[in-house]
Amino acid sequence: MNRFLAFLTKEFLHIFRDVRTMMILFLIPVFQILIFGYVIKNEVRDAKVGVLDFSGDVMTAQIVSKLDAANDIEIVDYYKNYSEIESAFKANKIKAAIVFEPNFAATFVKEREANLQIILDASDPNLANLLNSYISAISANYANEQKASQAVINVSIEPRMLYNENLVSAYMFVPGTMALILMVITALMSSISIVREKEIGTMEILLVSPLKPIQIILGKLAPYAILSIVNAISIIIIGNFVFGVPILGSPIVLLILSFIFILMALSLGLLISNIAKTQQVAMFISMFGLLLPTMLLSGFIFPIENMPVALQYFSYIVPAKYFLIALKSVMLKGLGFAFIWKELLVLLGMTSLFIGISVKKFKIRLD
Amino acid sequence: MSEENIIEVKNLVKKFGNFTANDNLNFSVRKSEIFGFLGANGAGKTTAIKILCGLLLPTSGEVNVAGFDAFKQRNMIKKNIGYMSQGFSLYEDLTVKENIEFYAGIYGVKRSVIKTRLNELVEKLHIHELKDEFVKDLPLGWKQKIAFSVAIFHKPQVVFLDEPTSGVDPITRRQFWDLIYEAVDDGITAFITTHYMDEAEYCDRISIMVDGKIDAMGTPTELKRLYNAQNMDDVFVKLARKQEII
Repeated sequence: MNRFLAFLTKEFLHIFRDVRTMMILFLIPVFQILIFGYVIKNEVRDAKVGVLDFSGDVMTAQIVSKLDAANDIEIVDYYKNYSEIESAFKANKIKAAIVFEPNFAATFVKEREANLQIILDASDPNLANLLNSYISAISANYANEQKASQAVINVSIEPRMLYNENLVSAYMFVPGTMALILMVITALMSSISIVREKEIGTMEILLVSPLKPIQIILGKLAPYAILSIVNAISIIIIGNFVFGVPILGSPIVLLILSFIFILMALSLGLLISNIAKTQQVAMFISMFGLLLPTMLLSGFIFPIENMPVALQYFSYIVPAKYFLIALKSVMLKGLGFAFIWKELLVLLGMTSLFIGISVKKFKIRLD
Repeated sequence: MSEENIIEVKNLVKKFGNFTANDNLNFSVRKSEIFGFLGANGAGKTTAIKILCGLLLPTSGEVNVAGFDAFKQRNMIKKNIGYMSQGFSLYEDLTVKENIEFYAGIYGVKRSVIKTRLNELVEKLHIHELKDEFVKDLPLGWKQKIAFSVAIFHKPQVVFLDEPTSGVDPITRRQFWDLIYEAVDDGITAFITTHYMDEAEYCDRISIMVDGKIDAMGTPTELKRLYNAQNMDDVFVKLARKQEII
């Protein structure tokens, strides 16, 4: 036990002495989550919208004031013709424009419908789509109210977004960033730290020492397991306090889930350290083999359902996918083990597979 | 095994698939002896050392190190030997003291003992200030001395020195040999590999490996007489030439 403690002491000295390691371990996660938090925004906030009102009646005025009252939209200007709209778009003054046909209210009363055109700046397709649905929804709502007041039975659709009522993007990126950070940092740092020992030749000395190989591996991985847990907790806390991401499920389930994911990442780090001969190679494998799939194929940013079939199959071997499903279930839906045991099992299975391969490769190298 | 022999190797064979790295090695090393283990690169030295250190299992034969069997008691062997590699293998981002405490710690030396021995070492090498310096700031010669002191800090019975003087200037090498003599006086056996033939002369006995076999063994004087050579360099060249004729 004392031997192992001596080893752990040394590992922590390595970590705390190296400015770069400390930055990667603690500064980058915080920056990453804050940057993601303030940059990735799927919700619309104060999008600038212009109006071209050929009718200028009570009804159009009511619709415009309803739009203006909405949080997401800000009516910034009124125009007299289409060319003014065009120059407003070119000058980047507005993201969308609404055009009312002449005699809007009269047509609406007479024919029970009237035309409203939405012109959108689709150079940002996401925003254009969102604005389109907001404006459509608000004006449709208004039209329905009018019809209802005229005592006509009407069907109005009111979508309700379960588990993320306001479509806050933080609900998406906080779990995603957590998966990304835990995966990359844990696997990257642990593999680099093992490969470094091989590179400088101290691994040889460690193997000749009475330390058992398992003690060496545990001693190398344990510090990163501890620091990753600290990271996981910090991310959850930042997500909760800064971005309002709820923690509906049990914090203990959340911790166990995170720990299993960290174990998986560590076993991947071990596997990488077995393959890589230099720190650069280890870094390269971690970056391209782990970072990109975790970002693109885990369902973090792009929905897996929308991917080409081949990539959908590929996503089955991306560990972060399972972590994300389970993490969202616990955090956003408040579910427990009964609902995430399959994902946990897959993660544990992957962990034992990676450890198995590592041990086998390690034995072959020794004999 | 006889009382005096600290290493005893009989009919040692190590095969990797079809390749025979160690082909029927026989030798023994006496207690408190400096045994030079020579040979060209690829002759099978490294494999033999790995077996003696308990890192590799022999394919067949009898190997006994410090009283323990290389097949069954590899962990006991590891506890009773020291090892220093050509890289000096200290952690550059730790201080001299931290390096010593770490290596002593993984060899299971008690904290109080570490403290006393560390003080003795500081006195002996006059490193009162140096001990708190980072290893990366030390000159090569000092790194080498510290690495050797680390390798024998837990007072092993045998210390394996794998090309411990490569890349070091002749004066520093000479000083390093003084450290080895001192350790041997304290009862430690030194098993050393080297590429410098002048160093071979400092050994009590040497063996020369060629192509997985031990081709020559004896004291430097015996070998020089046997091969009718002026110095060890000559012996080595003649052995290599004999190899070419065959």
